[in-house]
Amino acid sequence: MSEFKANLDIRHRAGHIWRNIFRASTVFGILALIVLLLNIANSAFGYVAIENDINPADLAINSIPIEQLHQVDLVWILEQNVSAGLFRRLESEMPWEERAREEIYDLVVERVVNPQVVHTWPLGGSLFHRAEIQAEVAAKFPGATLEFRSWLTGDFLTTPQSPEADRAGVRTAILGSGWTIAITILFAFPLGVGAAIYLEEYASDNRLNRVIQTNINNLAGVPSIIYGMLGLAIFVRALEPFTSGAIFGAVDDTATASGRTIISAGMTLGLLILPLIIINAQEAIKAVPNSLRQASYGMGATRWQTVWHHVLPNAISGILTGTILAISRAIGETAPLVVVGASTFITFDPEGPFSKFTTLPIQIYQWTARPQAEFRNIAAAAILVLLAMLLSMNAAAVVLRNRYNRKI
Amino acid sequence: MTQQIEIPSPSTTTIEAGYNRTNDLRKRRRLGETVIQTLLFLAGGISILTTVGIVYELSKESVHFLSQVSLIEFFTHAKWNPQLGNFGILPLLNATLMTSTTAMLVALPMGLSIAIYLSEYATPKASSILKPILEVLAGIPTVVYGYFALTFMTPLLRSVLGKDVVEIYNTASAGIVIGILIIPMVSSMSEDALSAVPRALREASYGLGATKLETAIKVVLPAAISGIVAAFIVAISRAIGETMIVAIAAGAGPNLTFNPFLPAETMTGHIVRISGGDLSYNSIDYNSIFAIGLFLFFITLSLNIISQRVVRRFREVYE
Amino acid sequence: MRIERIFADKNKKRKIRVDPLNLCHPRSNHAQSKRELIMTNNNYAIEARGLNIYYDDFLAVRDVNLKIEARKITAIIGPSGCGKSTMLRAFNRMNELVPSAWAKGEVLYHGENIYAPDVDPVEVRRRIGMVFQKPNPFPKSIYENVAWGARINGYRGNMDELVEQSLRGAAIWDEVKDKLDQSGLSLSGGQQQRLCIARTIAIKPDIILMDEPASALDPIATLKIEELMHELSKEFTIIVVTHNMQQAARVSDFTAFFNLGEDRAGVLEEYDKTNKLFTNPAKQTTEDYITGRFG
Repeated sequence: MSEFKANLDIRHRAGHIWRNIFRASTVFGILALIVLLLNIANSAFGYVAIENDINPADLAINSIPIEQLHQVDLVWILEQNVSAGLFRRLESEMPWEERAREEIYDLVVERVVNPQVVHTWPLGGSLFHRAEIQAEVAAKFPGATLEFRSWLTGDFLTTPQSPEADRAGVRTAILGSGWTIAITILFAFPLGVGAAIYLEEYASDNRLNRVIQTNINNLAGVPSIIYGMLGLAIFVRALEPFTSGAIFGAVDDTATASGRTIISAGMTLGLLILPLIIINAQEAIKAVPNSLRQASYGMGATRWQTVWHHVLPNAISGILTGTILAISRAIGETAPLVVVGASTFITFDPEGPFSKFTTLPIQIYQWTARPQAEFRNIAAAAILVLLAMLLSMNAAAVVLRNRYNRKI
Repeated sequence: MTQQIEIPSPSTTTIEAGYNRTNDLRKRRRLGETVIQTLLFLAGGISILTTVGIVYELSKESVHFLSQVSLIEFFTHAKWNPQLGNFGILPLLNATLMTSTTAMLVALPMGLSIAIYLSEYATPKASSILKPILEVLAGIPTVVYGYFALTFMTPLLRSVLGKDVVEIYNTASAGIVIGILIIPMVSSMSEDALSAVPRALREASYGLGATKLETAIKVVLPAAISGIVAAFIVAISRAIGETMIVAIAAGAGPNLTFNPFLPAETMTGHIVRISGGDLSYNSIDYNSIFAIGLFLFFITLSLNIISQRVVRRFREVYE
Repeated sequence: MRIERIFADKNKKRKIRVDPLNLCHPRSNHAQSKRELIMTNNNYAIEARGLNIYYDDFLAVRDVNLKIEARKITAIIGPSGCGKSTMLRAFNRMNELVPSAWAKGEVLYHGENIYAPDVDPVEVRRRIGMVFQKPNPFPKSIYENVAWGARINGYRGNMDELVEQSLRGAAIWDEVKDKLDQSGLSLSGGQQQRLCIARTIAIKPDIILMDEPASALDPIATLKIEELMHELSKEFTIIVVTHNMQQAARVSDFTAFFNLGEDRAGVLEEYDKTNKLFTNPAKQTTEDYITGRFG
């Protein structure tokens, strides 16, 4: 025993220290996720100080508050408080008698009361320093009322983009994302699965097929912005007559038509996730036991019959899981779409593949880049919407994966 | 003969009747099969077309660019200022290297530590909880990380180091957040490599009286080193190509500086900013971002190829 | 630290008590002279007492009482799935690497229960080394394979000498002396296994556990390993699990026959000197097994 130093104490101490370091790193990773989410929640909710042009209480007629006033009285208030020109324009858009009471009430709030957010506080401060905030409002914004606001509301989801943060919504962006992803799926799914079947079931081990395989692996590592440039050069520019919809007569004015459309964006994202879909689908196909193929060939089936009747049904949930994960990557992609040319400001719903577009991540990017605090708030609310979309997709993938694991 | 044919039992005839059976065993042309195989091959070929498209388009515009700016100027000039006709990639490249280096300083030690913890220390139950959490971290869109960098990391750095030291836009904050983004990638690839080390090797080490740490660091880690190095290289490539975080948090405007707390625009950040505006197709601005893109493409492609080589070349063959 | 001392003290006492005159091989000579008394004397390297081994709630090995004679080769034989390997691994707490495995009962090493809460498994394995079924050299050089274990255990002597001595001890020195810097994986299967043995003896354990050490090898390599085991038994206590009854008969001094109980738990059916067990077994099941009627 004397030949060996008694070093076990030191060795164990080193072991403990390093185990704690490894554990701390893992905790750090999880902490980063928690902080990231809290940071978003912090901006998506919180107190806001609101100042009105006219106090709603002053608008009461015979001490009936405006919430309860009749339609006719609300029109009267409008007439008294907005310019004659605006009043006439509103009336010519739609006569007052045809408008619902709620619509007129909203107009009164928007045009007469005109509430404006003058200051916002994050959720953390709103929860723990309420008294200070109230004092601050009383001192700095004497005319303002303090209210707790969730920036993520039903209205936020259903109203289109607006230059004012507290009236802006993500309707256009959600629809834009939906259209874009639909194109992406239609483009990338059949091609990706087809390529995977070719590589796994048909391709012999020759030079060409090895090049294809290596190439796919390399494409998966190309930065997404490069795909954006490819999309810009090919879909937006070279294929402009097609992607602008001009050759289909889908646009009214061919002179202003451009290739910066949903179909260009969708196909760009399609190219981006194609390698991911192929690789995931290959994995799923590889997992189908070979005995199944042999059984099928043994019955005199052709190659395609074997693939279609035996391989694909057994691989399909794996393929779908992989595809969903690839698509959730596409949903969150921003850089390539900026390059392809997402519109910075559109307020109308996209009508089809040849519409101009914006998507949820693009909207988040633009709002984040604005210096005003309220835009940070709505960016956070939009992030929550985006994360909810991704979460539901991933949940779907997990459900599929569990079904898949049970089967094999 | 004729007699025998009339005799067969009824059951045999019905089965036979369902098939069109001949004794002809020669190869038949199956048109459907050929068509399907061709279509599938074309689907596989799209990937080649994509690569060709990338190289062709990037090169085409780069050639236009290089007809106006010499390659030497592109790589040596210390200023990037299109208005003044200065096209030196150094400030952009420098900013990219700064953010990537910062990111690596965060992601490599963290990612590797997590990988070791998950593969060598955590109970199966713990890692079945931890791994999906890290996957969530990897699945969050980069634009959200950009928001995080700008609204959390930058204020944090400013409150720790002082507002006069750290600018609102800076490469340090972007780099750290890229690092956090990449941690799950490093950890999952490294963990795969560590888990692939045969159990027998761990047993041998324990059998010699090694502690857990010694087994993990001196036996398992060296045996998995090729996979880990590959993970690192892929991570570097990812950090270099990362766009939205730097576009949001690192600042606009090329700036040749080695101070990580000052704003500086990276290659990807520049591409996004220039192409986000209304860009006319035949301007030198348009051409220049393709030249940057081509350079970026070659850097990341080489890194990816190197990482694949590393895996293949240095993989230990067991049994 | 504390354990280190305890073990050291025990060794000292033992040596003095066992044979004060012959300090070189005190125990082996002692055992030689008392051969007839093996079942009753207390010169055991290791002893299992009422040992039950579980995987979660599945009982793999039931109530084993087994005393292993020092500096002898003890073979563990029995049909597949009777818990031979599990039993072997219980001797140096190797089972603990399977998270679901746990043990009840005692394994006494120098009078100390290695399953006591304050015993360090690292310290146990350092003294009770192991050679595995499949050769598993580290993906390092041959030299490093041997030196590594000694180095982490704080070996103070001349490392080159230790490596040479260990490789000689494992009868592989002549084959590898010119290529010590080559990877351990470059050797043939039989050489790899002897390298693994060299690696084990380099840390100077008391006991070497061998889990079917020759099952992955060809007959010639197997023969070399068996010869080596004989050599090693002069200095080390060896416990070997084998599936091969001829091998057990050829190499071992003692044989423990394990069998499957009714509830699929392994039980120690019979334990005796190898000669006796193979020629005149006490139990019918033992005889059935060694004559090839089952297993």
